[in-house]
Amino acid sequence: MALAPARIAMPAEARKGDIIEIKALIRHPMETGYRADARGQSIPRDIIESFVVTYAGVEVFRMELNPGISANPYVVFSTVATETGELVFTWTDQKGAATVERKQITVTG
Amino acid sequence: MPTRREMMIGGAAIAAASLLDAPGVLADNQIEAAIRQRTGGAAVHSGRVTLGIPQIAENGLAVFTTVEVESPMTAGEHVKAIHLLSEKNPIPHITTFWLGPRAGRARVSTNIRLAASQKVVALAEMNDGSFWADEKSIVVTIAACIDGG
Amino acid sequence: MARERSECVSALSAAMLLLLAGWPGAPAQAEEPASAPTSGTSLLSPDLKAMQDDDFANPGMLWIGEGEKLWQAKSASGKDCASCHDDAAKSMKGVAARYPAVDTEAGKPVNLEQRINFCRTRHMGEQPFAYESGDLLSLTAYVAYQSRGLPMNVETGGAAAPFFERGKALFTMRQGQLNLACSQCHVDLAGRRLRGDIISHGVGVGYPVYRLEWQGLGSLHRRLRSCSFGVRAVQNDYGADDYVNLELYLAGRARGLPIDTPAIRK
Repeated sequence: MALAPARIAMPAEARKGDIIEIKALIRHPMETGYRADARGQSIPRDIIESFVVTYAGVEVFRMELNPGISANPYVVFSTVATETGELVFTWTDQKGAATVERKQITVTG
Repeated sequence: MPTRREMMIGGAAIAAASLLDAPGVLADNQIEAAIRQRTGGAAVHSGRVTLGIPQIAENGLAVFTTVEVESPMTAGEHVKAIHLLSEKNPIPHITTFWLGPRAGRARVSTNIRLAASQKVVALAEMNDGSFWADEKSIVVTIAACIDGG
Repeated sequence: MARERSECVSALSAAMLLLLAGWPGAPAQAEEPASAPTSGTSLLSPDLKAMQDDDFANPGMLWIGEGEKLWQAKSASGKDCASCHDDAAKSMKGVAARYPAVDTEAGKPVNLEQRINFCRTRHMGEQPFAYESGDLLSLTAYVAYQSRGLPMNVETGGAAAPFFERGKALFTMRQGQLNLACSQCHVDLAGRRLRGDIISHGVGVGYPVYRLEWQGLGSLHRRLRSCSFGVRAVQNDYGADDYVNLELYLAGRARGLPIDTPAIRK
């Protein structure tokens, strides 16, 4: 079940052993739970809690998110190009709803 | 009721006292507790970690932050995790990045929220159990016009 | 993050006092200074400018991605935007630079949001999108984005002239409890500081804009509503005639400035 529009920027190809930079962005209000609406009612917390990246089935990066992460969370990280395969990016919110994006990478050499 | 003169002198004294905090020596506040929670009281070394954060944040809602840790990122020697901790946010723990040798290099970036001018600490946890940190102070300016919608 | 609404009042009151106390003759009827208006983009910090320029990191692009999908979303009648307009990159190029424009059927100027809704009601047999809804914002941003980099070039004469004049009157009219005219800040004091901000010229060439304060994308009318709020004037409804007239005036002031959509603002 998709949460929201999400995008990944990463090279489609790399040489084995290269360190590749990956950028991830997802649309999400990251409601802190500390704000009040126009009527003064408290707006409940609604945040993405985790962002996990697997590469050919192996977890290579994980981020724990709290309300201190800005709305529309953006993260830049890196991983070593080890083999041709699929990277799976999963954002999970506090209710367990997940957005998943997949990217293929071709690794040569 | 103190006179205005007395209040101004008192206020200046409080301001001066906080300026006297030696850099790197954290006041006993939430950030120290947050660090202790993760280190279990182990020593925290300075060096190796660079917290890249502007000195002045145009807006506390999205402050671009980069943390870089010197590490070969091999199976034998690597950064396990990088924690970002806040002195004045309602929740001291901003985020944790879990890395490992597959990362290739220990450098991460994200946008964080900062509730007020404060100290931010980047705490790196190594696979050998050692902890290294960098601390920066940041001034958070508030937009001139609060929207109302 | 607790924010005091009174901060804005006190900030603007301070500005007003400066104006009254000794700022040389600050009339409500202000003339444009020798320096032409510039986009608020020039006031961004290096970090925010880098975010705006990065087509991946710019959060506004998330809405534009949605807009691209909506462009090809089939309506009940079987039509989508592409049925008439084909590839937006070609057909929509230059369009945002000409809006607001007078709509002959409506007999008054309409902005891009309203024009999109006219397409929906008149040509697609659809209900209009609610103003400020995610869908309308996404589609408006997508259309405006096709004109990114192109100079603003609205028609302010001919049929548009009386509405442009009305917009100009609104821009220079003192209003609200704080009794301030747009021009007093955005012409007379443009470039000076208001607390942590530098006052812009208020040209609005980057809309819909990703505003950090909103933590999301928003329209020019949303911004105008907060301007009204800022001087404690009555906030018009989204799409109100006077906001469109003002939008037309602002677009005329911005003639020649490149469109920035999706801009990032504080």
